[in-house]
Amino acid sequence: MMRLGYFPGCSLLGTAREYDESLRAISHKTGIELFEIPDWNCCGASAAHCINHDLSLALPARILALAEKEKLEEILVPCAACFNRLDVVRHELISDEKLRQRISGIIEMDFQGNIKVINIIEALSRIPSDGLKEQILKPFQYTVACYYGCLLVRPPKIVNFDRAEDPQIMDDVMKKIGADTIDWAYKVECCGAGFSVSRTDIVAKLSGKIIKDAVQRGAEAIIVACPMCHSNLDMRRSEIERLEGRKYSIPVLYITQAIGLALGISNKKLGLHRHIVPVKLPLKVKTVVEKEFVPTAKAEEE
Amino acid sequence: MAGESNHHNGDKTLSVRIYEQVNESVFRCYQCGKCSAGCPLSEDMDYPPSQLMRMLQLETPEVEANILRSYTIWLCLTCETCIARCPQEVDIPKIMDFLRSESLRRKKVHPSAKDIISFHKSFLDSIKYTGRLHEVGLIAGYKFRTYHLLKDLPVAPKLFLRGKLKLFPHFIKGKSVISRIFTKTFREYKGKEAEK
Repeated sequence: MMRLGYFPGCSLLGTAREYDESLRAISHKTGIELFEIPDWNCCGASAAHCINHDLSLALPARILALAEKEKLEEILVPCAACFNRLDVVRHELISDEKLRQRISGIIEMDFQGNIKVINIIEALSRIPSDGLKEQILKPFQYTVACYYGCLLVRPPKIVNFDRAEDPQIMDDVMKKIGADTIDWAYKVECCGAGFSVSRTDIVAKLSGKIIKDAVQRGAEAIIVACPMCHSNLDMRRSEIERLEGRKYSIPVLYITQAIGLALGISNKKLGLHRHIVPVKLPLKVKTVVEKEFVPTAKAEEE
Repeated sequence: MAGESNHHNGDKTLSVRIYEQVNESVFRCYQCGKCSAGCPLSEDMDYPPSQLMRMLQLETPEVEANILRSYTIWLCLTCETCIARCPQEVDIPKIMDFLRSESLRRKKVHPSAKDIISFHKSFLDSIKYTGRLHEVGLIAGYKFRTYHLLKDLPVAPKLFLRGKLKLFPHFIKGKSVISRIFTKTFREYKGKEAEK
């Protein structure tokens, strides 16, 4: 069992609740034990750092200090935006002693800086593939586009996670459960993030490019690990379709939902019914067809 | 390098203050343009990121006023593509954060940025009193601030039917600490304004 502190973040209680539900649903089978940080607060996400720098340090610092108080060594932060804020603030505070003391004063708690912040992909990549193999009841045999977005991989010097331009860890996890992953151009492009409400037109433009590329390269689903990416690609689908002048039926799944499906967990437990774009995955006869097709193709070449 | 002489009233230039407060030197930028090439929104900005860096290097009051009044600083999504690709590792997102709060403090905000700022402020208001973000409260606050009353009405019932809208906020036990964090950090913020 991997015991991890758990910081769900505000989205996972509201518009991204299926992310929390699916993570909890797969945690037992994947050997992850979650300990929720008591009385956690919002990290300030995309708003605090635009308005007030000290506030953007203090809010995440309180969360980290609460986790330290519980003697946790690592905390799992599934929301990519929260993960980024917590990790950046941790880095900023441990590299400046004066600042660390000042912020500790503001939050009325002592932040030491000896806790590690990990994202969902890192936690999932630690599961040994032979351990997972026995649990897989329905291999997730679809062609998927793994969409990392901005905040899992950037800034590379601080988050220090995978390759910044062409990351692979999510692809590797998806391959372990049976998926084919595409090589595509929008893996780490921005979806428009926090502009969902204030500049929906920008979100439609940026997210539209992402969906278009994934579809053109043959993806049957887009896999994400961030509530903002999910809501922009799923909830804002009608705005995207209006801008692009065409319909897109490609579903967007959290990586935890895809794993849950492979583990044979019900759609309802994984919260698939909560998506705006219905999760309809094509029926698979693919593996059979391929096996028959390959030898004949070779024969023709000869 | 960074001269204070260009400013008649003896104020420090933006680039000096960025160096002192954010520990970033804008003079490291040699205008390769990678940030502007990678920025997902440079075509929507009034000045693409590399041009903004050049403007910071010029250090004249007129140009600095244009920087603080630019739409660029508010359009920046902090996607961090620029810093990931910068050969000189200039932390442009951090500089943008500084410029945004400076622009707000000096009340030089670009008129088109109103909605974006209203969203940020409504977001923070929602946390201030409860400790956690309440999405329904955020949207209500945003509509109240911007009068965009009809925006996103069609999507609301869809979210509600899917159980994604929580009507009532959750109050954390430490909500008074959060309120104090807001008071303390904004006191500091206003203190800086008073210094000028």
